[in-house]
Parts: sequence; structure tokens; C-alpha cells
Amino acid sequence: MSAHIHLDEASIQKQTTTLNLGPTHPATHGVFQNILEMDGERIVSAVPTVGYIHRAFEKIAERRPYYQITPLTDRLNYCSSPINNMGWHITVERLLGIKIPKRVDYLRVIIMELSRIADHLVCNSVIGVDTGALTSFVYVFEFREHIYEIFEAVCGSRLTTNIGRFGGFERNFPQEAFDKINKFLEAFPRGMKEFESLLTRNRIFMERTMGVGGISAERALNYSFTGPNLRAAGVDYDVRVAQPYSSYEDFDFQIPVGTTGDVYDRFLVRNQEIWESLSIIKQALEKIAALEAADPSQKEVFYAPEADKYHLPPKEDVYTKMEALIFHFKMVMGEIEVLPGEIYSAVEGGNGEVGYYLISDGGRTPYRLHFRRPCFIYYQAYPEIIQGSLLSDAVVTMSSLNLIAGELDA
Amino acid sequence: MTHEQIIETLEAAFAGQLSDCDTAHGISSITIPAAANLKVLQFLYDSEDMQFRFLTDLTAVHYPNRTNEELCVVYHLHSLYLNKRLRLKLYVPVAAPKVFTASKLFSGANWMERETFDFFGVDFVGHPNLKRILNVDEMDYFPMRKEYPMEDPTRIDKDDEMFGRGGTIC
Repeated sequence: MSAHIHLDEASIQKQTTTLNLGPTHPATHGVFQNILEMDGERIVSAVPTVGYIHRAFEKIAERRPYYQITPLTDRLNYCSSPINNMGWHITVERLLGIKIPKRVDYLRVIIMELSRIADHLVCNSVIGVDTGALTSFVYVFEFREHIYEIFEAVCGSRLTTNIGRFGGFERNFPQEAFDKINKFLEAFPRGMKEFESLLTRNRIFMERTMGVGGISAERALNYSFTGPNLRAAGVDYDVRVAQPYSSYEDFDFQIPVGTTGDVYDRFLVRNQEIWESLSIIKQALEKIAALEAADPSQKEVFYAPEADKYHLPPKEDVYTKMEALIFHFKMVMGEIEVLPGEIYSAVEGGNGEVGYYLISDGGRTPYRLHFRRPCFIYYQAYPEIIQGSLLSDAVVTMSSLNLIAGELDA
Repeated sequence: MTHEQIIETLEAAFAGQLSDCDTAHGISSITIPAAANLKVLQFLYDSEDMQFRFLTDLTAVHYPNRTNEELCVVYHLHSLYLNKRLRLKLYVPVAAPKVFTASKLFSGANWMERETFDFFGVDFVGHPNLKRILNVDEMDYFPMRKEYPMEDPTRIDKDDEMFGRGGTIC
């Protein structure tokens, strides 16, 4: 093809080697290409190429009614897709001014924290895999499977969940879902402790990851880092605390912060975030139980009553009542009114601030929808981070940044 | 500092150049002249009272009906000090969409501007590496502009009959 790879002068004179850490590579998780200039084993410079999984979501979103955009958001950060779904629903609810009942908020928090745990489990175990420790990866997936089963009990899908509706959920959580969540809360701490005992104070893992891939807080802020990568560098910015959504202000949790921003710090920050997420889920279940004890009718609350216009009616009504049938038809065909407006709304995803910039002109589809994707923004810093490091360090750094190709390219 | 105070401070510093100041859904939105973008960004960065030192997002919107102002470049800034967001918008004509690059001030603007160039064709003057980032390098159109249809009409390998479509998709 006509796009030529530019070979550095030094490479032609055999002072440096050009190495293609190609798009298909077992160590790059997702399709990422980096053209590295190597001086022996050290990296002199790196040129990343992205866009291998670009699927034109923003263009597609301009042609889809609001409900049909939720499956697109699934596929952004597909390791924690419920967070993306709910971020989108929260964006539209803020634009429409819908107030969400507390029980719905707490249920959303449970689902979002479960998906955050799933995302961090993948990232941390994969850092282990890249240093050669395969056991922890395989072991931790048992708990990811439990989380998948919880999602399946709530919405029917495991990975790309399309969970929830504007105003809440499509149906109440079955008792089976609550049983699975309770079983998960009992079984997971033991598993997480075993995972930590394999890696956290492991001499080899520490030497592979400490002092590797570090970034200072000033550079990280200048590169618009968010999420665990920024917190590992020392800045305690978390969207759940700074701009609380979905009743996060009712919860008591801490934000783990690192110091040097290296791979080990990111590993520890994500581990601690998993423990904090567990604590949040426990608090949410207690709060729901308290709501239901005070008012037993709360058990049936799974969406906001004022979002009736945006919520598919129950099937019994659709088949028997005329208004419900009309509503159902109009919603599925996308004829729901969204007033003109412009909003930027963000949630704390597995990788940082996932933002939705929505411009609505009153039509059935958005006029412009832009996803602020944290992975895309912090991957820019990768060449600066790995400059001067060894090739093996570059691989470990890439996996510690938790680059999810779907979110990078959208 | 409230949103209104932020707008007042900006209006005091850039008298008469701001327009369409609006606060809705927890964020203030201000339109600035295209040539003044670096001055405003630098002012917001340096201000000790406001400290807008975090660039959350940089993107563009295409309004084909606004003659001579079709492309709107949107900056979302965040002040960790005040915990407030700010949206800056500037309009450039599609015939000469030149905007000064913010990548010297914010390293994170580098790829965000490349993405905006890739999809809308906004030419960021002074950008170190203004090439396409997500699309193929050979593409010679800007796909997110409104005149470009969602599906590529130049493809000959897809048989639209088999997809349940007649052949021309809008």
C-alpha cells in the first residue's frame, strides 16, 4: 500500500534497529502496532498506530434512535460494558431532567462496581501474564465467570450487556441475581487474597514492575490521564467523588493513590480499587435492604416513574391495552422526544473518565454524539513512557495501562 | 467561584470577544473567536483563581447551515482546583478551517486534534504530526461531515440486495 514506513536515518546506517511490535502480537492485548527504534535492547523512540478496530460509532450514533445507541456503548470498553451503558443512560437522563429513585441508583451502583471488579481483574492478571505468571490469570477468571452469571441473571447477556433503560432497568432483579451476588461476596475475598499472595510481594514480579513505566503527576495531568493510571501517579481525581452520579455520594469509600505511577503502583491501585468496590457493593445491598424494610413497596421499584415515556411498558399491558401498545411501538421505532440541548456527562469507567458529549436537536437521533474515551487519550503518552526502557518493560507497561482496543478506537 | 463568576472573569479579560455564554446542566459554554483560542486557553491555564489545567476533551461538530462558520471546535476544560468544567467553542469556515494547535499547552491535545482533523478536516496550525489517526491514510474525505453518508457509496464488494437494501442507502 502507499503508506510507507518511515525508516529513521540512524536505522539505515545500522545504528538503531526498526522493530515492528506488530498489530498481531500475543503480548499486545488488542490490535496495537508500535514501530520501535531500538538501540540494542533499549527503545529510542516509538510510533504507535491505532485504528485497527475503528467502527465509526460516532457516525453510526447520528443515525440511531437513542435506545439503539446503548449496544454501541457496550462495545467501547468491553471488559466493563455495564459502566458504559449506564453512563449513556445517565447522560440522557440528565439531559431530560429525570430523577432516579434511590433503589435504582443502588442497583446501578452494584452492577457498575461488579463490572469495575471484572475489568481490574483482567488488567491485573494480564500484567502477571506478561511477566510470565500465568496461574493468577487462569485462577481469577473463575470470579469473572461469577460476575458474568450475575449480569446474565439481570439482563441476559454476559459481556456486552446492553443493560438498563432510560430511568432504570428493564425488569426487576430476580432473587437469583441477589443470591448470586451474595455468593460472590462470600467467595471472592478468599480468591482475591490468593491472587494477591501470588503476585503482590513476589520478588520476581516486584523487580519486573517497580520503577518500570513510570510517569510523573504533572506529565500525566498534561496528557489528560484519568482513572487508575492517574491515581497511580499521585492525583486523587475520581469522577465518582468529584461529580457524583447515581447516588455515589451516599457511599463511604476511599480512593487509592500511588506515588511514582509505575507498573507496580498501577497494579496496587487496581487491587485496592477491587477491595473498595467490594465494600461499595456490600454497602449498596445494605442500603437496599434498609429501603425495603422501611417501605416494602420499594421492592418493586426498578425504574423512575417519570421516565414512563422512555420505558417499554410491561408485556401484559402491551398485549391488552391500546395506549401501552402505541407507546411500545413508538419507543421501539425511535419516536421518543428528546428536547434540544447539549450536555457533557462523565462516569468513572474502568480506565478513567468516560465522557459523553451529546448534542440533541430535538430529532429522534442525536445531532452529534462524541465519546470521550480515556484509553485513546492516555495511550498518547506511551512513547514518552517507554523511551529508554527495555523491550520487555515496554510490553509490561502496555498491559498495565489497561488498553482496551474497543475504547481506543471506537 | 461559581459558573457566573468564571464567565465574568473571562469577559473582563476578553472584553467583547465572547458570545453565547450559557450555563446549563452543570457546565458553562462560551463561544470565543477562532484566532483567540490559545490566548483564552493560556489565560485559563495561568489564572491562579481558576486553574483550568486539565483538557478533558477536544472535538468538533459540523453545522452545514451556518454559512462561513460550519465547523465548531469544542474544548472541554476541567479545573481540578475548583472542580468545575468549562466548554469553549469556536467556529471556523469549512473552506479554511484553520485553528491554532493547543498541543504545546496540553500534550493530551495531540491525538485529540489528529482525531478532529481525521474526521472533520480541521487544520490545526502548528501541530507536530497532523496525520490521520483512526482512518486509513489514503482516505481523501472527512467522514464525520454531514454531507458524507454513513455507508461508503464507493464500495463495490458489498451486495446490498443480500443485506435487504435496494442499493442506495442514505
